[in-house]
Amino acid sequence: MSLSVDIRHTLGDLVVEVAFEAPGGITALFGQSGSGKTTVINAVAGLLTPQSGRIALQSSVLFDHTHRTNVAPHRRRLGYVFQDARLFPHLTVLGNLTYGSRFAPRDNTGPALEDVADMLGITSLLNRRPGGLSGGEKQRVAIGRALLSQPRMLLMDEPLAALDTSRKEEILPYLEQLRDVTGLPILYVSHSVAEVARLADTVVVLDQGRVAQVGPTEQVFSDPGMVRQLGLREAGAVLPATVTTHHTDGLTELAVSGGTLMLPQVDLPTGASTRVRILAQDVILSRERPVGLSALNILSATITEIRAGGGPGVVVQLQCGQDHLLARITRRSAQALGLAAGVSCYAVIKSVSVARHDVGHS
Amino acid sequence: MDWLGPEEWQAVALSLKVAIWATLLNLPFALLVSHALARWSFPGKQLLNAIVHLPLFLPPVVTGYLLLISFGRRAPVGAWLEQTFGLVLAFRWTGAVLAAAIMGFPLMVRAIRLAIEAVDPKLEQAAATLGASRFWVFATVTLPLILPGLIAGAVLGFAKAMGEFGATITFIANIPGQTQTLPSAVYSFLQVPGGEDAALRLVAISVALAMAALIASEILARRASRRVNGT
Repeated sequence: MSLSVDIRHTLGDLVVEVAFEAPGGITALFGQSGSGKTTVINAVAGLLTPQSGRIALQSSVLFDHTHRTNVAPHRRRLGYVFQDARLFPHLTVLGNLTYGSRFAPRDNTGPALEDVADMLGITSLLNRRPGGLSGGEKQRVAIGRALLSQPRMLLMDEPLAALDTSRKEEILPYLEQLRDVTGLPILYVSHSVAEVARLADTVVVLDQGRVAQVGPTEQVFSDPGMVRQLGLREAGAVLPATVTTHHTDGLTELAVSGGTLMLPQVDLPTGASTRVRILAQDVILSRERPVGLSALNILSATITEIRAGGGPGVVVQLQCGQDHLLARITRRSAQALGLAAGVSCYAVIKSVSVARHDVGHS
Repeated sequence: MDWLGPEEWQAVALSLKVAIWATLLNLPFALLVSHALARWSFPGKQLLNAIVHLPLFLPPVVTGYLLLISFGRRAPVGAWLEQTFGLVLAFRWTGAVLAAAIMGFPLMVRAIRLAIEAVDPKLEQAAATLGASRFWVFATVTLPLILPGLIAGAVLGFAKAMGEFGATITFIANIPGQTQTLPSAVYSFLQVPGGEDAALRLVAISVALAMAALIASEILARRASRRVNGT
């Protein structure tokens, strides 16, 4: 099930002109505030009518300006999870969860209430009123409510933005389950690089109303041209990895296509595939294989591109096995080391984080 | 109740009957008009708003006279109603219902419109994304959420209908036992020497009915808003 969006809409000073294809899985609409993310997701939901363009989910046309097609929001069957939960205050949690099912087709193909409540950990809340729930609980109920309306796709507009860090950590595993268990395509709006790195299969980067980059997460995150959009401190490559060994000293060994990485204890079984994120500012480059260094993770790589930024730094893209790494170093170091495209070197990695916890296998 | 003469009793009963009918008839129209004024945009919205509020600003006698020249038996609308439905309004209790309804309508619309405007449109959007058509959004989200305001509006309309005097007496006169409402009866007793006692009895009933309506609406509205606030 793929979503294709090609719309144009003017909102005050912002001209939103966006076209992209979202294949299955989670597609993240990433961008700073004011980049047009919410305009796009509301146009898909039908809450906003674009001035021109076309929106289609597989073969079902939701909006087509030239053919004057504009399916009403309640006929689109897209589950929308808003940033501010928007639970109905006059209904119980159960009433909220079952709200959409009375309008859904009665063919019993949707998930069962018990399974959804169980998956989201809200079974004990069913008789409560939304007013007494915490922010994280409200958002889980909102996700369940959207799921139980038997949607063809889920739309999520910054579902974690209003929550503090620990509440985010509470919800993220449920979103990962959603992706891995239900198989519903999800359009996920976010301005958080960490969330996108952890959840998204495809990333659409929006910048001032236009698509700056679109592609698989690994590819977009290892593009040196995206460093500005992602932010200097947040930029960094995302690599697929496999857990190979749990060592007795508490380290876990992971295999990436360019070698092995050692990470502090990763709670995944041996053989599990995951995704690691290596920030560009955590990578040091060396022409010789470094010796006498405390860093455990040293990968051999070849420079594919050096891109100068506005300041004293440059962004270096490296080929490392099948994958790419990004390193952010000073222009002075790059000159001193004689770095250029095609030069081999070693990437010393100061820290690696696991960016994805697959429940099944990807 | 032998402390209340038959004429007085008839006046109280008529007023109650008129007020209940006027309130029930007004509710669906008030809901529709309030929703239109609060949520829709259409040409002539300001005109509709002005017409709805007109009875609030016109002297009631003027409203009564306007009713008489349009709904009287020889007036165009009145004649048509009599021929088509056999419905006579002028100088009948049914006319009192119409007069009370029209006078109470702006009060009801104001209360209900405020309640609708207080409902977060984002909740209505959320309901639409879950598959609810505009009708179902109204029936399952908007209506339950405005219930306290709806009750307040209905009580205001009911109280106005109980107390309506100027338009009623102009439109349907003041015939004891037939078209004499509670306020008209009070007025009549005060016109004759020695009528003060009867007038006072009716005044006491008026006060008691008004208090009862207020208290009942307070309890209902509080119960409804507890439900709505979701704790």
